[in-house]
Amino acid sequence: MVQLIYLARLREAFGLATESVALPHGVGTVAALLAWLSRRGGPWAAELAPGRAVRVAVNHDVARGETPVRAGDEVALFPPVTGG
Amino acid sequence: MPVRVQREDFDVARELERLRAGDARIGAIASFVGLVRDVSEASEVRAMTLEHYPGMTEKALAQIVEEARSRWNIVDALIVHRIGELKPGDQIVLAAVAGEHRGEAFAACEFIMDYLKTRAPFWKKEQTPAGERWVEARASDEEKASRW
Repeated sequence: MVQLIYLARLREAFGLATESVALPHGVGTVAALLAWLSRRGGPWAAELAPGRAVRVAVNHDVARGETPVRAGDEVALFPPVTGG
Repeated sequence: MPVRVQREDFDVARELERLRAGDARIGAIASFVGLVRDVSEASEVRAMTLEHYPGMTEKALAQIVEEARSRWNIVDALIVHRIGELKPGDQIVLAAVAGEHRGEAFAACEFIMDYLKTRAPFWKKEQTPAGERWVEARASDEEKASRW
């Protein structure tokens, strides 16, 4: 299982702060995970569409599309940061 | 702890006093305080809510301080960032750097703020007369961070 965390605008758009998912066969990277989630349609397709600014962290480190995702990981999805 | 994320306000004088305590090598402290403004690009701002990602935010801030230490010869650095609901005029963030001389302290402090703005997971939501809105990231902040 992978723990997914949604933050800020994405949490509100999905109506969900966190969920635990079993990675389907073939989903082993951040890019594949985002593509898989966007196939849920609705706000998932809209927020995760190519070109939308979505940032991802795996186990609290900034990730890229090719970053591996494995069972036991914590994967967070969030918009570009606006602190300070 | 050189980094803190907290709901409570902070006392700048007390924080700087603690930062310099007991180290007579320190000849300069540069500090920056960010405040909530009552206007934004869109409209009047009545309040603001700051959200973070517990665990990652503290780690990202600590990495920024470590990066500053590796680039400049500084004695110590501090970041305090608030979360939760804030009002116009409230303090949001304190970045402070103690060094032997002002040049490195100024540079490291500006670096810390530029990196914090673009790398530390915080998000601002503004309450305006027209409703709530998430603040959008600004390209100019990314440009400032890329200078370093």
